[in-house]
Amino acid sequence: MGFFLETVIGGLMTGMLYSLVALGFVLIFKASGVFNFAQGAMVLFAALAMARFAEWIPQWTGLEGKFLNNALAFVAAMVVMYLVAWLVERLVLGKLVNQDGITLLMATLGIAYFLDGFGQTIFGSDIYKIDVGMPKEPLFLFDKVFPGGVLVNEEDLVAAGIATALVIGLAAFFQYTGTGRALRAVADDHQAAQSIGIPLKRIWVIVWTVAGFVGLVAGVIWGSKLGVQFSLSLVALKALPLVILGGLTSVPGAIIGGLILGVGEKLAEVYLGPHMGGGIEIWFAYVLALVFLLIRPQGLFGEKIIDRV
Amino acid sequence: MIYRENGQFKTSYRADQQIFPILQDRIAVLALLAIAFVVVPFAASDYMLRAILIPFLILSLAALGLNILVGYCGQISLGTGAFMAVGAYAAYNLQVRIEGMPLILSMLFGGLCATGVGVLFGIPSLRIKGLYLAVATLAAQFFVDWAFLRIKWFTNNSASGSVGVGSLDVFGYSIETPVQKYLFCLAFLCVFALLAKNLVRSAIGREWMAMRDMDVAASVIGIRPVYAKLTAFAVSSFYIGVSGALLAFVYLGSWEPAAFNINRSFDVLFMVIIGGLGSIMGSFFGAAFIIFLPIVLDQLLPVLGSMVGLNLGTAFVSHAVFMIWGALIIFFLIVEPHGMARLWSTAKEKLRLWPFPH
Repeated sequence: MGFFLETVIGGLMTGMLYSLVALGFVLIFKASGVFNFAQGAMVLFAALAMARFAEWIPQWTGLEGKFLNNALAFVAAMVVMYLVAWLVERLVLGKLVNQDGITLLMATLGIAYFLDGFGQTIFGSDIYKIDVGMPKEPLFLFDKVFPGGVLVNEEDLVAAGIATALVIGLAAFFQYTGTGRALRAVADDHQAAQSIGIPLKRIWVIVWTVAGFVGLVAGVIWGSKLGVQFSLSLVALKALPLVILGGLTSVPGAIIGGLILGVGEKLAEVYLGPHMGGGIEIWFAYVLALVFLLIRPQGLFGEKIIDRV
Repeated sequence: MIYRENGQFKTSYRADQQIFPILQDRIAVLALLAIAFVVVPFAASDYMLRAILIPFLILSLAALGLNILVGYCGQISLGTGAFMAVGAYAAYNLQVRIEGMPLILSMLFGGLCATGVGVLFGIPSLRIKGLYLAVATLAAQFFVDWAFLRIKWFTNNSASGSVGVGSLDVFGYSIETPVQKYLFCLAFLCVFALLAKNLVRSAIGREWMAMRDMDVAASVIGIRPVYAKLTAFAVSSFYIGVSGALLAFVYLGSWEPAAFNINRSFDVLFMVIIGGLGSIMGSFFGAAFIIFLPIVLDQLLPVLGSMVGLNLGTAFVSHAVFMIWGALIIFFLIVEPHGMARLWSTAKEKLRLWPFPH
């Protein structure tokens, strides 16, 4: 029982991290109808920027103090992500208005290639560490209830906490601010939003910046866990099935989809994996999402797809 | 002046339904075939054949197959690499397990197995549409990758999952030199391209296009969605499977599952999009573009660097290739979202009026 709980909790934690990446997908898809394959590249790019700025800023300014330097690096990385968002809107999306979904998807793949190359050119291609002082000790929960208790990584707990806070923050931003309301309007109907005077271009920059911010947070958490390296951009591929499972247009869907798939994946790997040769984590989430979509084609919380002739 | 169809009257339905109704087109295509079959084998160097032309031919076949699915039937698939892998490993298994199996038969068997897997993963397309489907087809990609890596039976119990084939024999001739390999691939491609062209302008091709343009409307006028979508998946994966078998047998020789990973799927999809959705000709353009571009960039960048007096490191060059590659793709999508096939048809329209455009 203790082991089972451990697996479930571990799954929930990774699921939370996946959904952090998935959030970026959903935000951009909602606001611009673009399926952003570059989200993984953005996570890598943001994490690289953060890691390197944290290294460079003390050298440039001679400032002491880890917290201050990390905070400055975070701000600098955020500025970089804003520039990326602005350039993406200016150079790519602004020129591809009214194109097919698949053309836009391919364009974001182009962005992904570019960001991968660009990030490694200016920030270097080694493995970098992000040290934001995440606690690393293992933690034992419920040791009164079970013998041995349940082993949980404290780092995972903090990460899940940050992710939750971020989601709540985003939900509040969408619900209660003027910009958030404009974003929701654009998500509902581009043309109607434009006709009542919401500037689409600015909305897109904002939404890509927010996605960049989410990517940065995801990058910092993943990066401090695994180190910042090229494979970080593959995290996006892990996040894709939960995006469709939860529904492409739903923020809560991304979170709940992430939790379901995180747990499902871990349980499958632990209990099913040994019988099938192991490594089934790679495809299990996809097949689960596929089977689920057969029952509900629009995902858990996606808007119902209505066909009109 | 040269490219005019004035005076070419069609007096029979047969003449009216030719693939190339204009005489000049027919001459051009015949000339192109003559060059491809006769001149190129003599003129091209071994490097040219091995590194550029053979992969170009093989991936054109894959792009052709994917174009049937994405361009004609409108179902986005990111599982191309998986279907290629199925074709390659199925052909390999038949070749290894049955003594004296003719090569062409194994390749077609590879195609048939890919058809089976393609139809299986095409079934969700009846319910899932658009981008949801695109992500769902990734399930095929990751599952097949995993299956060939972990299930030892498929790879004939080889320890690392990498397999290889020995000599290639067709009708008693052995295919060894690059020229022979080139001609072998070219023959395959010509037959399959002709088949594809005829398929897409027949009844079934029109059904696919109706499905692509609006599936609800198509089913209202009596087109069976199950039949249309699954045949598109079947035909497309057959093509892709055969091209996978060709890629493995002729180009790679020995390979492992990583040769057919997700990047392969993206590459073929790029070929289809950049070449032009819903165009047989476009598949070739796209394949040429995607094959040539990295090679040209790899060669060109260090030269350019040394011209301005910079010694570019290999790491920088490989990153810069990534960047330029991404930027060029975006540039292309912006300039001509309908692909090179559209550029080609615009050029032809212009040529008809040239040199008196008014």
